[in-house]
Formats: sequence, structure tokens, C-alpha cells
Amino acid sequence: MFDQNELTAFNEAVLPHLDAAYNLARWLTRNDHDAEDVVQEASLRAFKYWKGFSGRDCRAWLLAIVRNTYYSWIRKRSVQPELTEDGEIDEVDEGIPSPETALLQSADREMLKAALEDLPVEFREAIVLREMEGLSYKEIAGIATVPIGTVMSRLARARKRLQIYLTNSAMQKSL
Amino acid sequence: MTCNENRKLLNPYVDGELDSAGSLAVENHVQGCASCSSDVDNLRALVSGIENGALRFKAPPHLKRNVQAAIRKANPTARSSFFQWRWLSVAASVVLIFALTWTVTLRRTQSSEEAQLVNDIVSNHVRSMMANHITDVASSDSHTVKPWFGGKLDYSPPAKDLTEQGFRLIGGRLDYLENRPVAAVVYQRSQHFINLFVWPSRRSEIKPEDQLSLQGYNVIHWTKSGMTYWLISELNLPELNECARLLQE
Repeated sequence: MFDQNELTAFNEAVLPHLDAAYNLARWLTRNDHDAEDVVQEASLRAFKYWKGFSGRDCRAWLLAIVRNTYYSWIRKRSVQPELTEDGEIDEVDEGIPSPETALLQSADREMLKAALEDLPVEFREAIVLREMEGLSYKEIAGIATVPIGTVMSRLARARKRLQIYLTNSAMQKSL
Repeated sequence: MTCNENRKLLNPYVDGELDSAGSLAVENHVQGCASCSSDVDNLRALVSGIENGALRFKAPPHLKRNVQAAIRKANPTARSSFFQWRWLSVAASVVLIFALTWTVTLRRTQSSEEAQLVNDIVSNHVRSMMANHITDVASSDSHTVKPWFGGKLDYSPPAKDLTEQGFRLIGGRLDYLENRPVAAVVYQRSQHFINLFVWPSRRSEIKPEDQLSLQGYNVIHWTKSGMTYWLISELNLPELNECARLLQE
């Protein structure tokens, strides 16, 4: 169904976003091997849907496929991702020391990585898409197929959790 | 705006997702509120920490290769059409070679005399070009070429001028085939020379036109009005056919 020209067009449009695809898959799966599997499967799906893609934003399109591939992959493995109920920004910080800017700024890569990996998956993907891919709320909403308000609340809750995690681990480290 | 109301807008504010009115409202509140101001600082510290934390994973080099390989594998139509064309061309070549071999072999077995003639025609054609002696009379005028043969042969070969149709008459030559002198009328198409050998046919029956390739030369043969015609050139077959058609008109 694909001639050589279309194959080349696909490669030129999609392959430059392989790093972004892998980064998202790697944060979702939290390991190298699974991330590669997801990206490979997602690329095949992208290839399959390529003809129906009108071609506005190839990166966002590919990231949406990576995300969908991850969720069907996780279902196949019957491992349920730890989904959290979406809602208002929760007041979970009762009794928890409020984060300190200095502590957050001193957080190193390993701490940040651990904090991110500890997030529920839908928070993690929101953070990755926002902070690492620089996508807008609207774009993230499109990829995660949720309303923009949900993206906003996920990001807020995710950041709150990250701050708490980082503050706690910074305090433990200093003990 | 209360702190609670403000807090809900802090993330979109930091992310630049508020419209200018909303952004201004948050700014105004933050300026007069130490708690919200520190929240903004914390958010910014976190965001820049993640952004600058070298947390991006880079795809391993082999992943790109694997993806490309998987796509090639998953695209059997493109691949197989490619291979089908290749096989088709190979098959076509085989058929062609077989057909030519068959034709030539058939000729050899049917009539070794005629096979010998074809070989001679090819040889004469090659020699006419090698010896830089393609014409005895060089002229694009059929009224010059035709009479020139008159005194040398006991028949009058045609010397049609086909210049307008893209086959330029360049002259005539005496040649020797089937133990007799024959007329060679020479045409040129771009850089290609075409020899038309003509002599009275010994056979009474009209043979259908036929063609074959030998040593890279195309040969077309027909008989008409008691004359036998052999047209030979390295020119491609369709064009040589066109030439034959014009000569037969």
C-alpha cells in the first residue's frame, strides 16, 4: 500500500520525533526495554495511520500514539497503572512541612528522577509533556484526551506531590 | 481574590496559560501576599529543576534502526511490489532470452541457410560501420542514390527518402550476400546507422514480416513484390519497426 515515496515521507516526518517518543515511553514504563517495545509498537501504529494523518503537528500526534500504545500494552500485561481520581487540587499537605525553595533548588537529578517515578502515571505524563516537551495545556489535553481543566488540575497535583516528595527526601538526607 | 482562589490559578500562571487579565489579577495578589509569592517561587524552582535536570531520555541509536526495520517488515505491499517488479523483470528477461534463443535456434534448425544469411547480414552491417565505408554513394537525395545502383545491379532497389520522418537517407553501397551483389541503402537516425539490404527474392511465397535480435542488433525481414528486405541496426526495435513500416508503405 505504501510506495517508496510515502515511506520516505513517513520516515522524514516521524523519525525526528523518536527521541520525544522514547522519552515519554521511558517515563511511562520506567524501564529501557519496555520503553523500546512501546516505541516500536507505536511507530508501527503511526505507520498504519499515516495516510489518515493530516499532518499539523507530527510530534504531538506521535506522542498521543505512544501514550495509547502504552495503555494498551499495560492492559495486555494486565498490570493496572495506579490511576488517581481527577478532581480539585487536594489539600494533602496537612501536617506536611511546606516546601522550601532552597530545598527544591538543591534537588539533584537522582532526587528529581525518583520523585517523578513515584508519581501516578497520568500525573507523570502530564509533567513530561509539559516540562520536557514544552507542550501547552491544550496540546496535552489533546494527547491525554481529557479536558483542559483536568490537565490543569493534574499538573497542579503532580507538582504538589513532587514538592512534597523532594522536601521529604531533602530533609531525610540532611538528618 | 482570596488566597484559595488564587492558588488554583498559580500553575497556569507559572505556565503562561492565563489570559492577560487573569495573569494580571494573579500578579496583583501575589505582590501583596507572602504565602502565595513563596508558592510561585516554589513552583518556578520545581519547573526549572525538571526542565534543567537533564531528565530527558534519549532514544538509543539501535532503536531507530529497529523501528525502520519493523516498518519495512510491516509494509509487505511496498516491499513485495518492489520484489515483484524485480522478479517480473527477471522473468521477462528470461522469457525474452528464451524466445530469442528459440527463434534463433528454430531458424538454425529450420534453415541453417537462413541462419547463415542472418549472420552474414549482421557481419556486413558491422563491417560497414567499422571500415568507415558505410556508403559508396553519399547522398540524401533518392534521385541520386537510386540511379547509382542502376549501373551495378540487375535490379533497381528502392531508395526512399525518409528524412522528414526522422530517418535520413545518407547513401547507398554495394554489398555481397547469398553469393551475389546486393544493394545496401543506408539511413541514419541520430547517431545510429541503419542498413537496408535489398535483393530479388528467390522464394515465391510471401513470408510474413519477422524480426529478431542478434549480438545487440535488431533485424527485421520482409518480402514484398518479389524482393527480400533485411533491415538492421542497433537502433531500438520500436524505432526500427517504425522505419520498416515507412519503407513498406
